Amino acid sequence: MPELHDIFTPEFMAPMAALGVAAAVTYFWRGLGVAVSGKIDKDSALFRWVTCVAYALLAGLIARMILLPIGPLAELGLGQRAGATIISLAVFFLTRKNLLAGVASGAVALVLMAKLGPL
Amino acid sequence: MPSNHPDNFGSIKGAYKQGCKDALAIPALILGFTYMGFGALVSETGLEIWHALISTGINWAVPGQIATMELYAIDASLLVIAAAVGLINCRLMPMTIVLMPHIRNKTSPRIAYYFFSNFIAVTGWAAAMKQCPRLPEEQRLPYFVGFVVPLWSICMLSTCIGFYLPDVLPAEVTMGLVFLNPVYFMLVFLADFSQPGRPTALILGAILGPLTFLLTPDWSLLVTGLFAGTIAFIVSEYFPKDKTI
Repeated sequence: MPELHDIFTPEFMAPMAALGVAAAVTYFWRGLGVAVSGKIDKDSALFRWVTCVAYALLAGLIARMILLPIGPLAELGLGQRAGATIISLAVFFLTRKNLLAGVASGAVALVLMAKLGPL
Repeated sequence: MPSNHPDNFGSIKGAYKQGCKDALAIPALILGFTYMGFGALVSETGLEIWHALISTGINWAVPGQIATMELYAIDASLLVIAAAVGLINCRLMPMTIVLMPHIRNKTSPRIAYYFFSNFIAVTGWAAAMKQCPRLPEEQRLPYFVGFVVPLWSICMLSTCIGFYLPDVLPAEVTMGLVFLNPVYFMLVFLADFSQPGRPTALILGAILGPLTFLLTPDWSLLVTGLFAGTIAFIVSEYFPKDKTI
């Protein structure tokens, strides 16, 4: 059996602190959502406004993740990500809104462009 | 797909089963690959498998998880991480508020909602928003739980697989895996695009999201949500014809 201080090294605990903080703020929003939801009438204007805000937030986040990503995708050019997105959209609509075909073609196009350079 | 489903799965057990069946199809496939990408990313950051699993386990939602890793990699302070992840994930509050009336029933204890709200993320949310309003009240929470818990389990497993893959996977493939996620989300919303009131919010949000990010990366989402959401609300309230576009 390894001793406890062998497991809880600074190299192990420093990232855990970061992950714990991230999880806490994330849960704050979800928990607050549950708490507040009981006080908002589903048929009120306030509820309809919150719905619009939720969809706008989601669309904004998704567009940002594609066009201006953080993480590994940031290494690619905007043209490569936009090109792969357009291919994905084209396949999606050509296959009568087949999700799997659309998503797969976009990802394959991105990998090929990352390997071979932009179209 | 949920669109072909009946409005009643017969029993609570039937609702759990159908939720599980719907999740363990395209959603599990796409999120499975996405989380392999996330596992690979954690491993490339130089962290351990436990870090990857904790992140997917208690902070389940791709954008915030990637931001946490990215910020940790550049040695950001805990305060910076809290603020950045808080601003990225603030969407979870309106999402939860909007979903709750569609999954609530009179018998489940409050604590159940506080627990299962941990599983509110785009994929399960979009599926529940589509299916739950049509179900009898007692089948709604079971459908949601039946959908998200198996999906989350697949994500945990995939995180693990992805963590041990980077030695085998070229960097381009990791990029492709991470790219699956936003493209999938985009197509999910496009598939349900014509629901009342949604088009304006989605289009304005998609335009404002990247633009405001160029001006103020941290506050971009909050500004986008409030601004685009409010305009979309005004349009749908005062020009009701637009609701059916």
